[in-house]
Amino acid sequence: MLAEHVLSLAIFLPIMGGVAVLATGGDRNADYARQLSLAVAVLTFLATLPLYTGFNAGVHEMQFVEDYAWIDAFRVRYRIGIDGISLLLILLTSFSTVLVVISAWKVIDKKIAQYHAAFLVMEGLMIGVFSALDGILFYVFWEAMLVPMFLIIGLWGGPNRVYATIKFFLYTFLGSVLMLVAMIYLYFKAGSFDILAWHGLKLGLGAQKLIFLAFLAAFAVKVPMWPVHTWLPDAHVEAPTGGSVILAAIMLKMGAYGFLRFSLPVLPDASHDLAWLMIALSLIAVVYIGLVALVQEDMKKLIAYSSIAHMGFVTLGFFIFNAQGIEGGIAQMISHGFVSGALFLCVGVMYDRLHSRMIKDYGGVANRMPIFASFMMLFAMANAGLPGTSGFVGEFLVILGSFQVNVWYAFAAATTLVFGAAYTLWMYKRVLFGEIGNDHVAELTDATPREIVFLTLLAVAVLVMGLWPYPFLDVLHASVEHLLQQANVSKL
Amino acid sequence: MTGSDIDFRLIYLAIPLSCLAGAILAGLLGWKIGRVGAHSVTILGVAIAFALSAFVVLPDVLAGNVFNGPVYTWGVSGGIPLEVGFQIDPLSALMMTVVTFVSLMVHVYTIGYMHDDPGYQRFFSYIALFTFSMLMLVMSNNFLQLFFGWEAVGLMSYLLIGFWFTRPTATFAQLKAFLVNRVGDFGFLLGIAAIYMTFGTLDYGAVFAIAPQAAAKTIQVFPGADWNLLTLICILLFVGAMGKSAQVPLHVWLPDSMEGPTPISALIHAATMVTAGIFMVARMSPLYELSETALSVVLVIGALTAFLMALVGIVQNDIKRVVAYSTLSQLGYMTVALGASAYSVGIFHLMTHAFFKALMFLAAGSVIIALHHEQDMQKMGGLRRRMPVTFLTAWVGSLALAGIPPFAGFFSKDMIIEAVRESHLPGSGLAYVAVLSTVFVTAFYTFRLLFLTFYGKPRMDEHTYKHVKESPWVVTVPLVLLAVPSFAAGFMTIDPLIFGGYFADSIKVLPAHDVIREIGEHYQGVAPFIAHGLQSAPFLLAVAGFGLAWFMYIRYPFLPGQIREKAGAIYTLLLRKYFVDEFNQFVFAGGARALGGLLWKIGDVKLIDGLAVNGTARVIGWMSAIVRRVQSGYVYHYAFAMILGLFLLITFFLHR
Repeated sequence: MLAEHVLSLAIFLPIMGGVAVLATGGDRNADYARQLSLAVAVLTFLATLPLYTGFNAGVHEMQFVEDYAWIDAFRVRYRIGIDGISLLLILLTSFSTVLVVISAWKVIDKKIAQYHAAFLVMEGLMIGVFSALDGILFYVFWEAMLVPMFLIIGLWGGPNRVYATIKFFLYTFLGSVLMLVAMIYLYFKAGSFDILAWHGLKLGLGAQKLIFLAFLAAFAVKVPMWPVHTWLPDAHVEAPTGGSVILAAIMLKMGAYGFLRFSLPVLPDASHDLAWLMIALSLIAVVYIGLVALVQEDMKKLIAYSSIAHMGFVTLGFFIFNAQGIEGGIAQMISHGFVSGALFLCVGVMYDRLHSRMIKDYGGVANRMPIFASFMMLFAMANAGLPGTSGFVGEFLVILGSFQVNVWYAFAAATTLVFGAAYTLWMYKRVLFGEIGNDHVAELTDATPREIVFLTLLAVAVLVMGLWPYPFLDVLHASVEHLLQQANVSKL
Repeated sequence: MTGSDIDFRLIYLAIPLSCLAGAILAGLLGWKIGRVGAHSVTILGVAIAFALSAFVVLPDVLAGNVFNGPVYTWGVSGGIPLEVGFQIDPLSALMMTVVTFVSLMVHVYTIGYMHDDPGYQRFFSYIALFTFSMLMLVMSNNFLQLFFGWEAVGLMSYLLIGFWFTRPTATFAQLKAFLVNRVGDFGFLLGIAAIYMTFGTLDYGAVFAIAPQAAAKTIQVFPGADWNLLTLICILLFVGAMGKSAQVPLHVWLPDSMEGPTPISALIHAATMVTAGIFMVARMSPLYELSETALSVVLVIGALTAFLMALVGIVQNDIKRVVAYSTLSQLGYMTVALGASAYSVGIFHLMTHAFFKALMFLAAGSVIIALHHEQDMQKMGGLRRRMPVTFLTAWVGSLALAGIPPFAGFFSKDMIIEAVRESHLPGSGLAYVAVLSTVFVTAFYTFRLLFLTFYGKPRMDEHTYKHVKESPWVVTVPLVLLAVPSFAAGFMTIDPLIFGGYFADSIKVLPAHDVIREIGEHYQGVAPFIAHGLQSAPFLLAVAGFGLAWFMYIRYPFLPGQIREKAGAIYTLLLRKYFVDEFNQFVFAGGARALGGLLWKIGDVKLIDGLAVNGTARVIGWMSAIVRRVQSGYVYHYAFAMILGLFLLITFFLHR
């Protein structure tokens, strides 16, 4: 019984758990709320492990499929299942949520149950997005996910949170509406909301292009791609640490995932036709945003811009249509989940002590926090794409893949070797190295055992993926190969 | 597979892993095992690595056994496996031995040098980890792992230059070193991508096997311009080598790297990491041989580096910087050898240089600690009686560096000059003049250093001079152990290494480029080689350089000051290192920041957010303000609107 519903369990366990956490009530029962949330997050993580161990990497078909009638009138079904691509993203989601719960343990001191509940509910919804095989189901998860995030930034965020939340909401919502229109069009063409049926649907080039642009509006905002990226730095700056972690680690991946699930297989001809646009926007993200990141004075903004540049690699990889590119892009998504999550947590660790995100308010932190400094050095290097860390895998594969298509794509992409190192390490230098900058820094205390726990978990993830990406890439091959076949066969 | 095969694979694994184990223990458990514990485990690890390399692997390779095989599969993409694996052949075995030997000496020396430093355990962890990275680099059998080691030694160099992270100069230098290296790696990674595109694999053996068939392939980089693909690959890879091996114009990081503790300067910035580029080109000889254009580029860049950097060396007063510029110049020599297709000679000079340059650095370090971290040579002098061991070993190092027979440097340097003379590539004439005149400059700055430091009157204050004493045995023993090969490594190894075919198949030279064979036709053994060397131009130039240094710094010590005043412009040009740093700082660092600021403030804030996003919001607000007026609440307004609408509709339908 349970074995047939592993995937549903992964979706609804955290949602139910979140509701249960909410039931612990006010802040008088904060400890219960925390403990229960941790238990739910860990259980969910454990519940997602069988997805990996039971996954058959040799076939491209969807696995762990569940299919039930939902809204019969419109042939909408509760249909879920995963391939290798969704699998990795689901594991990343359940892993990150555990970290968020640990990181919030002492830091969040008001509306504790609500905070944790929001994250747990959001976890379930995000897993839902990655496993939905029905258009409407996908859309419901996709939109519902915005609500907890909206609340997290709006309730636990910084001083300018209202502007940030409205910007975030309008941006993402506007894109999503166009996606819904595209989905309804596909429904009338295919007669169902079955995403896999859409994959086989014949479509003319004009229609494909319009649908592509509609999907693009939704996905580009989420990734985010230049020039619809400006909501992200604002959202990150105002979000509490946990919100930033989930935003960077998971939510940005939704858009990229959408390209793989919808744009490439449903609209192969439009994808090829408009690839120039996607590649151009991706390379602008790498170079332009890399330069912008260099001059940021707010650490969170810097990491946010760095995220956009890294996501540029993802979209570049997807639209060069070879295995290295797509697998590299996915590897980059996973790695970025670890690394940007880790960096936001690092900023959070310092923020909790000094209540500033400004680089100039720091200096010489390594004198007082040597253990923390070592961890952050590892994550900074991973962000700079150093071999042996997860950050290298995706960048390397995407550069290999893009060189095969066009020397200049690889050339522009590879500038990240210099820019990425420059903005990350320059920030590191100003914040952690040097003499102790001021009296506040002098009073800093090193990472607590709780902080060391989540930093260690991430450090292990970053190193394992960097030194041995084989198990990560292995589950992708069949799915990516199938995807490439779909993307390279014309539907005209 | 025979039993002994399996044993050897374990030995190969044990060599880097023993260093790694030491690094992890000292790094993570340093607080628990203490200082003695930290240096014991790391030294033990490196000692094991050295013993296995020198006494097990090297003899085995000499017996003709080579190994090439995977360790584990890193990942698979597009059906092509990317592996981590070892290639053990004469070239890598020699490098492993040199690296572990110098590293071992530096480890022991560090006990004395870093004695009072609070970061003692961290330091040992770093240098052991560095040794591990370098071993992985030289033992690799594929480009992926090469890049791993390549970046890993860059990382360790970054961490070690900034070891004293509270010093602004050190953190500046470390960032600069990493970024300049990254510029090189940018080319290197593109080169690897080009190899992957051309050959569909990253395995050395497979690439080299099909390389000749790819010799005629071209690629359109610019529309209408067909470039030879192999030339492009070789030049891109060489850009990486220019970063790591500090060739002009990517040399700027190396002098600044002297901000790190002196043992690091000896290990990383003289003997090992900076030789990675040289090693890489030698390893890639089957590719470089196929592109004369690339070889010419290598030759000219090397010659420029050798000459220009040596000139800067003569005006520096910081003892470590003089040695650093000397390193740059000597790396130029090695590069020249590679460009002339004399790869084995390049590696030969790499080896002798590793010994005598490590010796020079450690001797300089010995002086620096004796004077309580004073590095300015103008505040030294007269140390020869106070520090006899340092003094004598520094003499050995200087003689080797200046290329005086029969010291080690003489053989390797003379071979390079001979090789360039035999080369027929475009640019070889220029290179020949450059390396020849550099001999004079080298001798001059070398003996200037020696004389300023150890001879003449002491120029430090009396109190310091009184307390100057020879360094402890952990410092002097490595000096002596390095002095031995600095003296003997030349005449002991030139026969087998260069003319005895030691490198066998690990280095490939086309018959048309084979300068060594041409030199070999006249070669009759070590003694005639020395005899010939004593009558040749390089020796005379070296003696002249020595004489000039003696004249200016011992005989007439007031001369340098007068010359400095007369030749102000040239002096400033050299002292400011041709203003390359200022140029980079202004154009690249400043330019990138200015551009970033512009894109941010204008692109993101003004145009996208200001105009598009908030502008849309304003337009909507403005429009709704207008539309709102329509909803006035008066019934006759609405009635009028309805009538108007009705009228318009009727008109529309009637005239359709």
